[in-house]
Amino acid sequence: MIRVQYFARYREALGLDGEQLNAEFASLGQLRQHLLARGGVWDVLAEPNLMCARNQELCSLDEPLTVGDEVAFFPTVTGG
Amino acid sequence: MSIRVQLQAFDPGVELNGLHATNLGIGAVVSFVGYVRDFNEGRDVGGMFLEHFPGMTEKALGKIAEEAAQRWPLLGIQIIHRVGHLQPGEPIVFVGVCSAHRQAAFEACDFVMDYLKTRAPFWKKEDTREGPRWVEGRSSDQTAAARWQLT
Repeated sequence: MIRVQYFARYREALGLDGEQLNAEFASLGQLRQHLLARGGVWDVLAEPNLMCARNQELCSLDEPLTVGDEVAFFPTVTGG
Repeated sequence: MSIRVQLQAFDPGVELNGLHATNLGIGAVVSFVGYVRDFNEGRDVGGMFLEHFPGMTEKALGKIAEEAAQRWPLLGIQIIHRVGHLQPGEPIVFVGVCSAHRQAAFEACDFVMDYLKTRAPFWKKEDTREGPRWVEGRSSDQTAAARWQLT
C-alpha cells in the first residue's frame, strides 16, 4: 500500500487530493509512469519541473519506494 | 530556533524586537520580510491564497534552519510563514537571524530565503481580474539557491 498526495495545480487538474494504491513500485519514477498511463488529465504529471517527496522529504524520481510509504507530487514550490 | 506556519497575521516589528531580547550575546540581527504585492507579471493582484503541505512544511523549514545553524555561527533563527488568504500589503514571510557579528547573520538570512523559496512546500494562487492564477516557479530562484551548494 502506497499513499499518494497531490498538491496545488496538480490537485486541481486531477480533481483529487490523494489516493491509496495497492501495488508495489520499485521507485517514485515507476509510480509516476503508472499514473501517467491513466492518460487524460494525468499528463500533468509529465511536467519536467514536477517535484516529489517521499515521507515528507523532497527527493528525486530515482528514490526507491517501500510498502507503507507516503509520497507526494507537486508543481515547483512558490512560497516566500 | 522557532518555526511558525500560521493563518494569522503577524507584526514583523514585534517579531524583530523580540529576537535579541533572549540573549545579550547577540550583536547582530538580520531580517527579511516578504509582502504580497498588488501587481505581478503584468496583472493586478487583488489577493492570494497560500496552499501548503501540512507536516512537511514545518519539517522542511526546520531542516533549512538547522542547515543554516550548521554553516554559520548563529545565536537564533526565526521563520514565520503565512498560509491561507492574504491581502496585498500583508507580510507573507519573516526570517530573522541572530549572531554575534553581522556577516554570519547576513549570509544565513540570504541562505534561508533561497532555500525556503525552492524547497519548502508552499504554492501561491493569485486572485487577478482574469480569475485565479497559480504562480509559476522562477528559474532565478533555482539559480539563487544553487549558489549555496557545497562542492
